[in-house]
Amino acid sequence: MSGAEAETDRLIEELLAGKHRALARVISKIEDRAPGYRDLVSALHEHTGDATVVGITGSPGAGKSTLVDKMAETYRRRGETVGVIAIDPSSPFTGGAVLGDRIRMASNVGDMDVFFRSMSARGTLGGLSTATTDAVKALDAFGKDRIIIETVGAGQNEVDIVGTADTVAVLVPPSSGDDVQMLKAGILEIADVFVVNKADMEGADRTVQELKEMVHMRDASPLAGTAGHHGMDESALSDDEEDDDGERDGWEPPVVETVAKTGDGVEGFLDTLVDHRAWLESSGELESRRRERTEEEIRRLLRAEAADLVREEVDARGGLDAYVDAVLDRETDPYAVAAEVTAPIRDCVGDARE
Amino acid sequence: MSTQDHEERTIRCLVAKVGLDGHDRGAHVIARAFRDAGFEVIYSGLHKSPDEIVQAAVQEDVDVLGISILSGAHNTLVPKIVAGLEEYDAFEDTLIIVGGIVPEDDRPGLREAGVDAIFGPGASMAETIDFIRENVPER
Repeated sequence: MSGAEAETDRLIEELLAGKHRALARVISKIEDRAPGYRDLVSALHEHTGDATVVGITGSPGAGKSTLVDKMAETYRRRGETVGVIAIDPSSPFTGGAVLGDRIRMASNVGDMDVFFRSMSARGTLGGLSTATTDAVKALDAFGKDRIIIETVGAGQNEVDIVGTADTVAVLVPPSSGDDVQMLKAGILEIADVFVVNKADMEGADRTVQELKEMVHMRDASPLAGTAGHHGMDESALSDDEEDDDGERDGWEPPVVETVAKTGDGVEGFLDTLVDHRAWLESSGELESRRRERTEEEIRRLLRAEAADLVREEVDARGGLDAYVDAVLDRETDPYAVAAEVTAPIRDCVGDARE
Repeated sequence: MSTQDHEERTIRCLVAKVGLDGHDRGAHVIARAFRDAGFEVIYSGLHKSPDEIVQAAVQEDVDVLGISILSGAHNTLVPKIVAGLEEYDAFEDTLIIVGGIVPEDDRPGLREAGVDAIFGPGASMAETIDFIRENVPER
């Protein structure tokens, strides 16, 4: 057994035995893509699947960290253990970052059963969602009952990251814009639950009202259902799935109000998460989401593996410079180069299949 | 293993304010300088107890723990933090630096307690960052 394998075994053993240091180190290795991290994540997999995973997103200043703090406190009071991954942006220039969400975890200081870990986006395209997915596995295998992912809340990344969560809550601060904002595509579409935080502020009632109208309009649209249910099963079920009101047996994202600072409404929000979980299970949506998520995870890794193969092939051919020259001189073209470089890989794969 | 899989490891650093002193301008300046040096900085916020700092250092798996103290309580607080790190097997591979007001007489004691470097008033940011780059523990 090599040194690296021995270390992997030791880390996994200690993580499963509940050593915080080992959990912290495993997450670091995942973040760093350190040698052997794939073996680590592979070894974790069989120990996962028991935690519930909630994603919290929303615009900066919506109060995500404070709400997460109060959620963790409430879960702990109920005797459950909690893992939190908080993602902050990193500088596109230096790669540096200030990860500041930990400051707001005031209710849980000194309680090691709330394992709070800051992650930076590290500027890698697509890398963050892989790292987050893997870090969630580490917390899950460690035995955390509840895992909360808190995102930056400022862009397309969120949509990716929340793909890791079973339930996504989107925080909307009061008076966050006119009602046209609500019609725009993006972050609001991924919500399973809306949270109007800082509900004691002026404008909160109106924001709640606008969100409710938006949700209602979404449900009333002819396309409703296909978005959440993925076509085929929907058409098979739709006839007898309508209840007396003519509503589908779908999930209409509720709008809940909280004041995270004081903890008001947090219990109710957590109850809503339980409701959503129950719906996920009874509707079969949990199963289908997990299938989809696993499929996407495999595809992502396949793309990464394939990219590595291509990179190795390019290196073996002495880099791309000669090809670039040839293309610029109009001796060949980019498509032909791509086909030529990948031809041996394609042949090998083809031969192996037969 | 592909090259992209293992880039240069990002240095993670906890900038900690322990105890009662309420001045964190220096800690903010350092946090920002570390960020600009490409480190990932976790800032603790003011008025933290040694236990809280240990919890953060262990969970965040930082390479460097920078403790900023102006209050004069370093002789009691720093050893408590070191003891906490030892309890979680985190002392050996954490570089511990102290910044702020530390009288010359107290320095040998802190070094003995496990502090790797002390940067007082007048220490340059570049000096601190170079020290970290050169001494960050191998993992």
